[in-house]
Amino acid sequence: MTTPLSIHLQACAKTFADGTRVLEPLDVQIRAGETLVLLGPSGCGKTTTLRLIAGLEQPDAGGKVLFDGVDVTQQSIEARNVGMVFQSYALFPNMSVAENIGYGLRIRKLPAAAQRERVAEMLEMMRIAPLADRSIDQLSGGQRQRVALARALAVRPRALLLDEPLTALDAQLRDTLRVEINQLLRRLAITTIYVTHDQAEAMALGDRIIVMSHGRVAQMGTPHEIYHQPANRYVAGFIGTMNRVQGEYRDGGVFTCPAGRLRWPGAQAAGAGELLFRPEDVSIVGEGEPADLVGTVTASLYLGDRTRLIIDLGQAQPLTMDCLARSAPAVGQSVRLQVDPQGLLALAA
Amino acid sequence: MNRPRQLFVLQLAFTLAVCAFLIVPVILSMLAGLTVNYIAGLSSGLTLRWIFEVWDGYRDTIFRSVGIALACLVVTLLLGVPTAYVLARTRNRVGRWIEELLVLPIAMPGLATALALIASYGALRGFRTSWGFILVGHVLFTLPFMVRSVLAVLQSIDLKTLEEGAASLGAGFARRFFDIVLPNCRQGILAGSLMVVTLSMGEFNMTWLLHTPLTKTLPVGLADAYASLRLEVGSAYTLIFFMMIVPLLLAMQTLARPRTTKFIADDGSAS
Repeated sequence: MTTPLSIHLQACAKTFADGTRVLEPLDVQIRAGETLVLLGPSGCGKTTTLRLIAGLEQPDAGGKVLFDGVDVTQQSIEARNVGMVFQSYALFPNMSVAENIGYGLRIRKLPAAAQRERVAEMLEMMRIAPLADRSIDQLSGGQRQRVALARALAVRPRALLLDEPLTALDAQLRDTLRVEINQLLRRLAITTIYVTHDQAEAMALGDRIIVMSHGRVAQMGTPHEIYHQPANRYVAGFIGTMNRVQGEYRDGGVFTCPAGRLRWPGAQAAGAGELLFRPEDVSIVGEGEPADLVGTVTASLYLGDRTRLIIDLGQAQPLTMDCLARSAPAVGQSVRLQVDPQGLLALAA
Repeated sequence: MNRPRQLFVLQLAFTLAVCAFLIVPVILSMLAGLTVNYIAGLSSGLTLRWIFEVWDGYRDTIFRSVGIALACLVVTLLLGVPTAYVLARTRNRVGRWIEELLVLPIAMPGLATALALIASYGALRGFRTSWGFILVGHVLFTLPFMVRSVLAVLQSIDLKTLEEGAASLGAGFARRFFDIVLPNCRQGILAGSLMVVTLSMGEFNMTWLLHTPLTKTLPVGLADAYASLRLEVGSAYTLIFFMMIVPLLLAMQTLARPRTTKFIADDGSAS
């Protein structure tokens, strides 16, 4: 690959012809060689951001797209040399697998021998060499996905843009391909922007994640930061499972609620509030030990390696936690819970 | 026990009767063109005389019809394919309106269209007396078929994304149009082409008003022959027309058949 590209979006907003603002002014610096995941529900502006980078959409006046510091805002996608993988793959039905992969090389008027060599290399890399002469409608979804990646990478693009590439596949295949794409991106060290609504995909693939909501950035950070230090309740709720307990802050670092009291080490003015924590920060304690919360098991979901418990704390939202299957309490049983103080979060809405 | 079988026999008999009702006149007409004397019947013997007579007297109408049909095909391809492309890309109210308006020349009686053409351009003598005048009528009539047939194919594929895919690989508009758009609507173009040629060859309504004695087409000549010559000559003429049009119709049927796609199960591994 060529030297990785850094991409800079400056005040990129997007308003559609009908007046809908799909993207508020966005400033993002994408580092050379990193994988940046744009994560959010449909309509959050993530695909629009990707299309701005690709050159398939123009930002509103004032917005700029810089590739390695060079303004490419006015350049069409043809001139930007970015590899793109679409959700529907957009493979050309009138061409064979090999012809699809070689199309970009043909456009670049590479010598025939070099084209053949590069296509063979790509077929090998994506492990689809036996499919070279197949037509597109003879391929399975997973195979199409590989061809689309091979086609995008064949031209040695400056950046790789992926728009929900795994959404059209079934769950098991998605897991397999996720691992493969991850290994591929690490090996190629190509600047990659990956759009998805699947938080597991985002956590697994991203060096950094941008969580988006209603055309705005809700949080930008590493998967670790996004998971453990969510910037607000929206991010906390969107990534993984988050427990919420409503109660009251008291002086002396204590938070009380109907189900018990939590030690809250952070500074917080006294008054009504809410504390958040992940299921893995909750554990069941025995009768003699000090407990933070007491609740009743209302559902027990056996997941094989563990059991997920839903526990009623006498508030609207029940508590979710996991425990080992063999030590799982029965439904209806009262349980004493301890919450790791380091996992406690007090977040703005 | 026997009821389903009886029903089947009845249905078969009915179908055959309908078929016979439709096909027998065609066969009789073709036979008439090969019979020495139609009134006397087949016993008078078979001959190719009438075919040669038509060939001698009306050869020019046959060539003119073929010529007009091919010219019509060229024009409808040049106008229709880009029109279909634009309509497929602009999925808004204006596009749908134009699509609807395009059908007007089909819905309107050919005579009305022809009269409108004569009223508008009849004064241009050179144009009025050339076969180009007929060509204009034929293009008006057949263009919707080309546009519709290509448009149907274009709407069945995700044209926008395919083009974006090609653009991301560096293909400019012209490359995309010739590499991606045209090959992927080949079926529609072929089906439309055969339709246009067939319709143009057989068009009578409009051509009847648009032609001059020097620009007769095959169907007009046919009407002439039936009106003024022996029935055998007209029938021989029909026979020639059949021989030209039936292969086209068969080709059209073959193309209209949906493509069979093989399905390969997802095995998770590519090799």
